[in-house]
Amino acid sequence: MGTFTGSFKGFGVTFAHMFRKVITTDYPFTPPTPAPRYHGRHILNRHPDGLEKCIGCELCAWACPADAIYVEGADNTDEQRFSPGERYAGIYQINYARCIFCGLCIEACPTRSLTMSNEYELARDSRQDLIFTKKELLAPLLEGMEQPPHPMRLGETDKDYYVGALTNPGTSVGAERAPWSEAGTDDASTATGGDPRPETAGTQRKEPV
Amino acid sequence: MKSTILAAHAVDPSLQTFENDVWWITLIKLFGVFVLLLLLTLFTINYERKVVARMAVRPGPNQVGPKGWLQSLTDGVKLPFKEEIIPKTADKVVYFIAPVISATTAFTAFSVIPFGGVVNMFGQQTALQLTDVPVSVLVLLACSSMSVYGVVLAGWASGSTYPLLGGLRSSAQMISYEVAMGLSIVAVFMTAGTMSTSQIVKAQAEGNPINILGWEATTPSWYAILLLPSFVIYCIAAVGETNRAPFDLPEAESELVGGFHTEYSSFKFALFFLAEYINMITVSAFCTTLFLGGWRAPWPITAVWEGANAGYFGLIWFFAKVLLLLFGFIWLRATLPRMRYDQFMRFGWKVLIPVNLVWILFLSYVKVANNELSQQAKWLSIVGIVVVVLLVAMLWPAARKPRQLSLEEQLATRPPGSFPVPPIDLQVPPSPRARRAVAERAPATVGGDSAPSAPSDDKEV
Repeated sequence: MGTFTGSFKGFGVTFAHMFRKVITTDYPFTPPTPAPRYHGRHILNRHPDGLEKCIGCELCAWACPADAIYVEGADNTDEQRFSPGERYAGIYQINYARCIFCGLCIEACPTRSLTMSNEYELARDSRQDLIFTKKELLAPLLEGMEQPPHPMRLGETDKDYYVGALTNPGTSVGAERAPWSEAGTDDASTATGGDPRPETAGTQRKEPV
Repeated sequence: MKSTILAAHAVDPSLQTFENDVWWITLIKLFGVFVLLLLLTLFTINYERKVVARMAVRPGPNQVGPKGWLQSLTDGVKLPFKEEIIPKTADKVVYFIAPVISATTAFTAFSVIPFGGVVNMFGQQTALQLTDVPVSVLVLLACSSMSVYGVVLAGWASGSTYPLLGGLRSSAQMISYEVAMGLSIVAVFMTAGTMSTSQIVKAQAEGNPINILGWEATTPSWYAILLLPSFVIYCIAAVGETNRAPFDLPEAESELVGGFHTEYSSFKFALFFLAEYINMITVSAFCTTLFLGGWRAPWPITAVWEGANAGYFGLIWFFAKVLLLLFGFIWLRATLPRMRYDQFMRFGWKVLIPVNLVWILFLSYVKVANNELSQQAKWLSIVGIVVVVLLVAMLWPAARKPRQLSLEEQLATRPPGSFPVPPIDLQVPPSPRARRAVAERAPATVGGDSAPSAPSDDKEV
């Protein structure tokens, strides 16, 4: 008798499941909000006057276990100044076809120039588009920032920038948020005025519940 | 006005009603059944997807149209516009005819299903049923038999291995389960005394008085209750007949790709798809007609509402019952895994058909005993049957299991030159890996001199 009733138990299970709450997320209409420290795409932060924090030291590239980061440093001059101090990143690329989002580059960064945002919609149509350059990675200019190159506005020397910089990380505060969260910085692609998210363009976003 | 409609009584059609139909009424009904089947198919696909999804804690299609209910419509529009690929080895003519046979027979079967009683349609008194003949149940069975041709020809004409296997499986399955299905309907014929679908519905309107060994009773009106074994067998056979889970062996996605329609695409595939769902609807509607009282409202409703069966109201009950049965199909699919082919065949031939035959025999005895035998003869016949059954049970050749030979005996009976077998007392040394696992679990001793020999093992890891 036990096996006989047992063979009908499954019907009860499936029927009862009909009245459970559906677990499917309503992506892309209401994208799920990741955890606050979710490892999303990177952001290259700026000093409060708009100068880049990156000094082109390549420590992130050396730390990267997936060999996803390529940096070429260049010299700042008094006429062409992108960052305080001697050097800046002439070329900065992160290949998101390789990146494993481990965050070792963030730990390696001595100036806290490189941080991670919460953005996870990184699908692109081609591999070429997955290589993000400074254009995509650099944090947008906020209030009071000025597009480099320009002279140092916050002090005479780079020491004035870096002393206490780790406790005052500029725009990296709030950069570790999803672009659609209220306090977050804008995604670089929105800042340049282009199509915000090419992959989900035209999708009507609903307010997250 | 309203009260007259609500209090009206159902008018049962007779076969004469269908002969009196004007040609344009028949045309309207024909068109109506056709459109209804198409709509019902579109609905059923969505219904199935949504119910199965809910049972898997998913929302199912929810994008196209209100709550996703137009999903199957868009799919249906898309299918005919897809690229048509015909295999080089295909037999072109048969390849084309097969889906046509499938779809045609599927549509034809629905012509004898009663949707309701006699209604007033544009001033004409006509039944909500396309047509009826004295043997309409046989027409239905014939249609489902013909649809096997579509399947087997499709499998053959594709000129490919998997469709052929799927087509063979499919036809074997449909033929086997048609036997069980046909036998389960026999009980309905015997009780109703007719093979016309509208008359079978009429016969289920009220229960009949019955005399069980001097005890007067009224039989339940629905044959699902009165002829419960037949109903159960019909339901099982219907699932087998429509190639639905858990009997979906011909499609068996994991083994046969898609079964007989693997090589079909575009509109021809759409026809098979349509036929499959129409068949599912047909067997549900057929089950409603034969066993669930057809378009008549179930008992508690008729007790409360006199005119529940009158006119077009029959449609409500009919479709409610059909949808309930379709839900059963979907429920089965969401719950049960696919059966193995030999289990499936054994179940059909060795369980369903014999049980059905015994049940029909019993039923015909009850009928004969009730109508023709005197009280004394009844008792005598019952005693006779019991004696015969006991005798058969006693004399039945017992299935004795052969004695299980011991290991030594098995070894002794081996023919010379057999594969060498290791000695029975062979000691297999413990695996070094197992030893290591044990050593790792040994508790660490700190500072003691009773350190086990394990650490050396640890090092070699």
